[in-house]
Amino acid sequence: MENFGYLLDGFQVALTLHNVLFMLLGVLLGIVVGVLPGLGGPNGVAILLPLTFSMDPTSAIILLTSIYWGALFGGAITAVLFNIPGEPWSVATTFDGYPMAQQGRAGEALTAAFTASFVGAIAGVVLITFLAPLVAKFALRFGPAEFFAVFFLTFCSFIGMGKENKAKIIVSLALGFILAGVGIDTISGDMRMTFGVTELMSGIDFLVVVIGMFGISEILMTLEEGMSFKGKKAKIDLMVVLRTWAELPRYFVTFVRSCIAGIWLGISPGGAVAASFMGYGLAKRFSSRGERFGTGEMEGVVAPETAAHAAGTTALLPMLALGIPGSATAAVLLGGLMIWGLQPGPLLFVEQKEFVWGLIASMYLGNIVGLVVVLSTVPLFAAIMRIPFALIAPVILMMCAIGAYTVANASFDIWLMLVFGVVGYVFKKLDYPLAPMVLALVLGDRAEDAFRQALIGSAGDLSVFWDNGLVTSLMAISLALLLWGPIADGLSLLRTRRPAAAE
Amino acid sequence: MKTAALAGAALLLSTFAASAWEPTKSVEIVVPFGPGGASDQMARTMQAIIQKHGLSKESFIVVNKPAATGGEAMMDIKKSKGDPHKLITTSSTIYMTPLATKIPVSWQDFTPVGMVAQDEFGLWVAKDSPLKNVDDLKAAAKAANPPIKVGGGGSKREDELISFGVFTELGAPISYIPYKSGGEASTQLAGNHILVETNNPSEDVANWRAGLTRPLCVLSPKRIAYTAKVTADMSWNDVPTCGEQGLKFTYNMLRGLFMPGGVTPEQQAYYVDLIQKIVATPEWQEYLERNALLSDVRVGKDYVDFLNADEAKHKDLMAKAGFLPTN
Repeated sequence: MENFGYLLDGFQVALTLHNVLFMLLGVLLGIVVGVLPGLGGPNGVAILLPLTFSMDPTSAIILLTSIYWGALFGGAITAVLFNIPGEPWSVATTFDGYPMAQQGRAGEALTAAFTASFVGAIAGVVLITFLAPLVAKFALRFGPAEFFAVFFLTFCSFIGMGKENKAKIIVSLALGFILAGVGIDTISGDMRMTFGVTELMSGIDFLVVVIGMFGISEILMTLEEGMSFKGKKAKIDLMVVLRTWAELPRYFVTFVRSCIAGIWLGISPGGAVAASFMGYGLAKRFSSRGERFGTGEMEGVVAPETAAHAAGTTALLPMLALGIPGSATAAVLLGGLMIWGLQPGPLLFVEQKEFVWGLIASMYLGNIVGLVVVLSTVPLFAAIMRIPFALIAPVILMMCAIGAYTVANASFDIWLMLVFGVVGYVFKKLDYPLAPMVLALVLGDRAEDAFRQALIGSAGDLSVFWDNGLVTSLMAISLALLLWGPIADGLSLLRTRRPAAAE
Repeated sequence: MKTAALAGAALLLSTFAASAWEPTKSVEIVVPFGPGGASDQMARTMQAIIQKHGLSKESFIVVNKPAATGGEAMMDIKKSKGDPHKLITTSSTIYMTPLATKIPVSWQDFTPVGMVAQDEFGLWVAKDSPLKNVDDLKAAAKAANPPIKVGGGGSKREDELISFGVFTELGAPISYIPYKSGGEASTQLAGNHILVETNNPSEDVANWRAGLTRPLCVLSPKRIAYTAKVTADMSWNDVPTCGEQGLKFTYNMLRGLFMPGGVTPEQQAYYVDLIQKIVATPEWQEYLERNALLSDVRVGKDYVDFLNADEAKHKDLMAKAGFLPTN
């Protein structure tokens, strides 16, 4: 209850006129950077950081976190409209969001995505408000073995839940792992698979691959299918928001499931990307509409967005409480904190109460402001779908190129993006799933690092993976989720056969 | 009065410098690391100081080029020969990356501007660790089987080099566990997943203040100068050097600036003058103290001599540790 009092004080700080204006400005700027893939949160925040040096720290962090919220919301826009995930955690949003847009339901998909982000974020903030100190301590229990177990859990839950051809899933997954291995290896410091190419030394950036495999390949597919977006006759008005809202309560269980998965992965620093895939995977398996996922099911948009934002928000907690950045954007914010003269770390909550609670209050308000702003832009963005493909394709291509370039300010990445565009096209033609490859690419090297760090520490003894209750239970849940799919399928097969045999 | 006089002097100086050469468009400060890291913070602090004190008519922009462990940024500066509107921040990776990866680039290709500070390093243990000094550490490391776990940021970079140097001298085997960053290593130490780690003060200060970790000793020849209390009862100056406890190995890391090769002496002089103005500001002093950096400004021949000696030291240490590529 003590926290609640601080929170009210925080609202007083955050609700002053100039802070609300900063929030609005931040959210708008954030949406702009979020829409451009690659530009994204970290760059947006870094560009504006110098402007905040002369501001008071609370206003400064409100402005910068609002950019973060705006970018989080904005990432979903290109994912739904063009199949280009603006941010890594929007990948799973494309699975059902883009088919919806193609069916002329872009407005519904965007509304569902924004609302789901909002619900997830608020769930995360509520947790930060009441459990911050407790949760911060919990994160310290994660050593390399526990980290590996969390990544393992993500892989298992996504793959065990997948309904595609298992052999194709494994091929796609293995390719992702190989790509994740390119570049300087964290553990040995040696080059792997760079073939003397300097540009490959820092590895293949996930966003470059994703922009190519999803964005460019989609342009290729559309060209082949005769240059038309199928959704261009969609009727668009603000009512679409209300109609979608009326539908959303049906997915109550999915919201709850994704919030839990997201918060759990946000605390146990698995991150928003892992959370979005897990949220999608769980919903696919446990929802009654799971069979239709991937064909434009609104629940398939809700599940990953809710989980990603619950995780993304809770991930700010380790940054504030422990001084470890949970994401690239958080790393920039961390740099900002220090330049403003604040020392992130466990003492921030004790020494800078006004700042911390002002920030937490601004998380509530920033998300509300963000939701209002993005929802009012839904018709605008959905209208983009009416523009003839011949006109919009060059713009998309240019956005993709800018996005790929901005990731590391390297023109080599633009070529890489084009190569992966072709790879993505081939994958789609041969009916290989893209998601496992993307998942392996994002989490593969982190999982590998954690696995090897754990084994270096134990001098090669595998028992480190069932050394304590935490890691053992994580591994057990992973295996259960991995095997759940095949076993449940087997059981239902038996059940349908038995009545047939009885007849 | 004194600040007014200083500002007046600075103004005079800058009008004087203006007659020589000054930037005619915005200047890029290339950071060979991602946003948020120590080099990035230094560049952004400089940017803020230049902006706040009006040290230049043109704006300074920070550009992160983290690709290839800074290799790409260095290649970029090499290719920008003769461009006086570019600067690059440096740390010891300026020798280590070319040595370890054989990228065809060296600081000799660049024009030195100046060194602005040196980073300190320390050995850190968890708050409740039984280790109190270097002798305890030596005893623990010698007795351990499997070997003790030592953490740090990155593989075959400064942290592993330090671990190699320290434990070779102590004569004990270790398992070095590389993490993505020093901050991550610090958190792992706080959670007791490793026994000891090597880190900059700035990477560990948060956990130290929170009572999660503590410094065993610093690897500098001299104690850190700052006497303001960091925790309830200790300042940086209260932390002993490892040398006081009998360890001979020392390590510091330069922080400085270069510009591309082939620029005129007037252009070089402009930036040499600029960094001297930057380091004279109170904001810079705050920055140094916040990160417990050693104030050490060197320009001209002094800087070049330092670079030559420091590069030789790294090359020797890397060869002994087996970090140089064999093929």
